[in-house]
Amino acid sequence: MIRVQQEDFDPAEEYRALRDSGSGTGAIATFTGLVRDSGDLKGVTGLFLEHYPGMTEQVIEGLVREASGRWDVREARVIHRVGSLALGEQIVFVGVCSAHRGDAFAACEFIMDALKTSAPFWKKEITGDSEHWVEQKAADLDRSQSWE
Amino acid sequence: MSADNTITVKFFARLREELDTASLTVEAESDLTAGKLLQSLAARGGSWTQLAGAHPVMIAVNQVMTKPDTVLQPGDEVAFFPPVTGG
Repeated sequence: MIRVQQEDFDPAEEYRALRDSGSGTGAIATFTGLVRDSGDLKGVTGLFLEHYPGMTEQVIEGLVREASGRWDVREARVIHRVGSLALGEQIVFVGVCSAHRGDAFAACEFIMDALKTSAPFWKKEITGDSEHWVEQKAADLDRSQSWE
Repeated sequence: MSADNTITVKFFARLREELDTASLTVEAESDLTAGKLLQSLAARGGSWTQLAGAHPVMIAVNQVMTKPDTVLQPGDEVAFFPPVTGG
């Protein structure tokens, strides 16, 4: 299940859906990303998130397929928000259920790391008096490449 | 110019803003690659010159990431955008 949306999401609801997804599940790993007050700029008050409709969903579907090929993934749920988000708001959710914790942790982290460097989303940081398109980070590329 | 013989070009994020263009169409030509199209757009001058290599530009054809040597076909959708920064 992949969703790109402006609206907020409820991690508890997503967790319930993962828990109810079928027999054989012994582990659920989830990640939630939030808007932070400092990134490229200090004093960030919010973000604007843009995406490439259609391609974004296809790329994330491909990452979930790849994860399912590498680990035991019974079900994965990925939600990414777009539009204007204020400080502290939820940006992204990745939840994976598996038979065992190792596969759940690995698949969840892989999907998140790969999403950051391959899904067509762009963040613009907003402060009181300026705005700035975030630059891609070498550390994010390193994390993504570490799964290859 | 028939719609069948055109290529749709899309721009996102910083490029969309700085070029003041979300999308445009160009006429398809034989042997036109994504890289050649990028160079011809850079030749428009002004803010378009940044497409010539001053900043990294990622390329997608029909919503799949690809390389500059990809040959474009009539009806293709090409997108140029900065390195992605979601998550």
